Amino acid sequence: MQIGESIATAWHMLRGNKLRSFLTLLSIAIGVFSIISVMTSLGVLQNSIEGGLSALGANTFQVQKYPNNQGGGPGWRMRMRNRRDLTYAQGLAVLERTRGARHIGLESWKFGMEVRWKNMVTDPNIAVAGETPGGLPTNQWEIDRGRPIMQSDLDLTRKVVVLGYDLARILFPPSYNPVGETVVLAGVRYRVIGTLKSQGGLFGNQDRYFIIPITTFFERFGKNRSIHIMVQAASRENFADVQDNVIGILRAVRDVPPGEENDFAIFSNDSVIRQFNETTSMVRIGTVAIAGVALLAAGIGIMNIMLVSVTERTREIGVRKAVGATRGSIVSQFLSEAVVISLLGGLIGIALGLIAGNALAVALDIAPVIELGWIIGGISACCFIGVAFGTYPAWKASNLDPIDALRYE
Amino acid sequence: MALIHIKDVVKTYDMGAELVHALSGVSLDIEENEYVAIMGPSGSGKSTLMNVVGCLDTPTSGLYEFGGQNVGELDDNELAEIRNRKIGFVFQTFNLLPRSTALHNVELPLIYAGISASARREKAEEALVSVGLADRMTHKPNELSGGQRQRVAVARALVNNPSIILADEPTGNLDSKTGIEIMQLLVDLHQKGNTIILVTHEEDIAAHAHRVIRLFDGKVASDEVIENPITYAERT
Ligand SMILES: Nc1ncnc2c1ncn2[C@@H]1O[C@H](COP(=O)(O)OP(=O)(O)OP(=O)(O)O)[C@@H](O)[C@H]1O
Ligand SMILES: [Mg+2]
Repeated sequence: MQIGESIATAWHMLRGNKLRSFLTLLSIAIGVFSIISVMTSLGVLQNSIEGGLSALGANTFQVQKYPNNQGGGPGWRMRMRNRRDLTYAQGLAVLERTRGARHIGLESWKFGMEVRWKNMVTDPNIAVAGETPGGLPTNQWEIDRGRPIMQSDLDLTRKVVVLGYDLARILFPPSYNPVGETVVLAGVRYRVIGTLKSQGGLFGNQDRYFIIPITTFFERFGKNRSIHIMVQAASRENFADVQDNVIGILRAVRDVPPGEENDFAIFSNDSVIRQFNETTSMVRIGTVAIAGVALLAAGIGIMNIMLVSVTERTREIGVRKAVGATRGSIVSQFLSEAVVISLLGGLIGIALGLIAGNALAVALDIAPVIELGWIIGGISACCFIGVAFGTYPAWKASNLDPIDALRYE
Repeated sequence: MALIHIKDVVKTYDMGAELVHALSGVSLDIEENEYVAIMGPSGSGKSTLMNVVGCLDTPTSGLYEFGGQNVGELDDNELAEIRNRKIGFVFQTFNLLPRSTALHNVELPLIYAGISASARREKAEEALVSVGLADRMTHKPNELSGGQRQRVAVARALVNNPSIILADEPTGNLDSKTGIEIMQLLVDLHQKGNTIILVTHEEDIAAHAHRVIRLFDGKVASDEVIENPITYAERT
């Protein structure tokens, strides 16, 4: 019933002491800002990873020889060194025997190559991918012009290539259709059969792909290399089944004894995100700790201005008591003032934090993020601070003797 | 039964070096709808007595019964409720909230009475109109003259329709013309059935009352009934 009254007096108090109010609001706002801005940027980063950074599409996982991240623990390096390659034959076994997959792609990579067309030569930064037909959809590569790699290309070891968007842009004049042209890689001529649509992504020019049939790739660069297996499950529901299926096939063909760890690595978008969250959890913990200290300081600031305010408004408290304010109503008035101040500071912090955090989203050109959980957490923290640090001043105010308070000069 | 029953009330201030006896054994009864003036030299204990009667201060010893209730036995909330609903206090120094409008100042007792915002506004406006401040409702105290401020204080005292109005030198800071205006308000209230207790130094103000109690050195020196009190109408 007296909430309106409390907010009004809080507002009076803030306006009456602009500098003091500003500093207190600032300290709260900084604490909340740091949480919201960091959490929002992490949310933006996570979204961008989900959306573009990973080449893996929905319901897709990848098998390769080594894990993506550096592991640890005793003997890790040794175990890794002794790992056997993931061979093409094993990949073919997966391709033939896996049930419930929509696409399965086998691929092998060679990086840092030069490609030439007529007088045009690229920098030696082209990534050559030997692919099976399933490798295009599992990599989320869409054909722009021409056609994709087909089984017959593999069977006949054709020297044909699908060019990544950026590679085609580098080699050919704008709006020139390269399909049918001949390009040269490592002294061998390839006929261009298609080009890819642009993929975009976090790190810009990443579509400098030179995609050839995997059999041609082996013929050119040797067969004794480890491949990647990419599997897209038919649906989210059977994702886990398909993954188990593939693991089972690989363990069988690689003779992994029961009870032993897989001697190959599997990852998916989920695991990439999990890994992201693991590496950023320290950032999150650190931010919460720093913000906690900032908010503690802010709380002490609030207690300070509330104590000053109680002293300055002793006569007002006396007047209120003289016309019938109970202890409880004085307590709730000062408590709500403290909460109003900390909430106001918190809302400013949240607003600025959202703007700062989403500046990253604007820079990356992806949708802004609103971390609702952290916003609610920030608001709750502000309420808590207001109550925790407002209690003593409010108690002090309510305990004033009405006649002493009225006489206070 | 008397509305106010005071028996052997003592108020002593311990100043360390000496004891100050503000009230040294005051006994008096005040009935409903009395109009009492309290007089006496400065320092005789008038304000102290008013504060005790208004449940703002507690006596060092003695009995104070308000409407049959022993005030000494009431807890904080019960005291707050009496101050809120039964007593309207007009202070010598106005004691308005400086940053609030006249309207809000008058609403204050209603806020603590838990009255809804719209009803509160209506009553406060009514009270301000009755003290002749219809056109000053949104003014803050420092935008009002002394007499207007005192009228706001009177409006605040009467807004919750208390049974008793306590006025501690309500005209002390005012010129005689505005003083008379304030006195008119009190006379009107008395005629509506309120009990009025008024502290004053001025005999002609006291002459409005029906009973004059004189204090001296914290004791009741005389207590007389006035046969023919002056009414406001006679003075104009
Ligand atoms: N808080 C206090 N501490 C110490 N002594 C006090 C206090 N309040 C009042 N006194 C003393 O009590 C006595 C009575 O004071 P009180 O205010 O009741 O006088 P009064 O009759 O209202 O005087 P005036 O007409 O000047 O307002 C005075 O001697 C005063 O000094
Ligand atoms: Mg006095």
